[in-house]
Amino acid sequence: MDLDINRLYVRTCGADVLFAFEGEISSERINLILEEIEAKTESMRIELRLRKKIYNVMVECLQNLYHHSDEVPLIVADRLGKSYGMVVLKREGNTFMLTVGNFVSTDKVKFLSEKIEKLNSLSKDELKEMYKFILNYQKLSPKGGGGLGLIDIARKSGHKLSYQFYGFDDMYSFYRLDIVI
Amino acid sequence: MDTLLIEGTQKTPTVRFDASKGLVEIKGRSIPENSIEFYRPLVEWLEKYATEAKSQTQVNIQLEYFNTSSSKCILDVFKKLEAIHKANSGVTINWFYDQDDEDMLEAGQDYESIIRVPFKMMEVEG
Repeated sequence: MDLDINRLYVRTCGADVLFAFEGEISSERINLILEEIEAKTESMRIELRLRKKIYNVMVECLQNLYHHSDEVPLIVADRLGKSYGMVVLKREGNTFMLTVGNFVSTDKVKFLSEKIEKLNSLSKDELKEMYKFILNYQKLSPKGGGGLGLIDIARKSGHKLSYQFYGFDDMYSFYRLDIVI
Repeated sequence: MDTLLIEGTQKTPTVRFDASKGLVEIKGRSIPENSIEFYRPLVEWLEKYATEAKSQTQVNIQLEYFNTSSSKCILDVFKKLEAIHKANSGVTINWFYDQDDEDMLEAGQDYESIIRVPFKMMEVEG
């Protein structure tokens, strides 16, 4: 195994971490994380606009992890559990950096990379138009996603999305998304 | 017809749909993992209401947060209201947003550009 997920988690956390979690993302866990994020950002007296952005982006990321994480590769399932998501929120000067990570089957890597590259190539107005088009014309998937999550994250962030795929084995990669808020 | 009342939770909004007053209200947070299930009774209520709509229907949407899966369901609610509006029954959608919450204002404007119903953007002082 080339990739040590726990080490990646610790390295991602670093010094200025406000919130960090690794493990199974259940509906109840999402509630707990959101409560904690809300309490922390309020106590830090962050302006309402930014606080809401952080919360909104967090909701979309957590629900992406909840709906779309692939199962944990068997070889590390005893250590990481059957389902694994990584969430780290850090302060970086006047902005915040939210990092989320999960396993994806390697056949999704191309699709996801192209999707993020496409979003990164669009202007604010183009993102808005794309969001409205999908909102209006695409059916909601049974998982409820409907393909709007990443676009919404990109719009709320206002920055280019950074991502990385760490090869794990033939079947799985670890997908990491870094969002500036 | 019966008033539809749903108490809000940490992830779902308070709903008050009152046919006798021509009042449709959704307030709070809408961030459930499964929004289709939550919004189904709202859409069904509006389908019935369409057959006996008041001459004026006031719609108050005051959301603190909503997720993207709710955003599609909210559009479904608005499409039902659009149909009522088209059938010569006046509908106004009041979209409330916090003074500093530009994202929520923009979300209202996104809907306004899709749905053919008069919107009023209602700024709420924080």
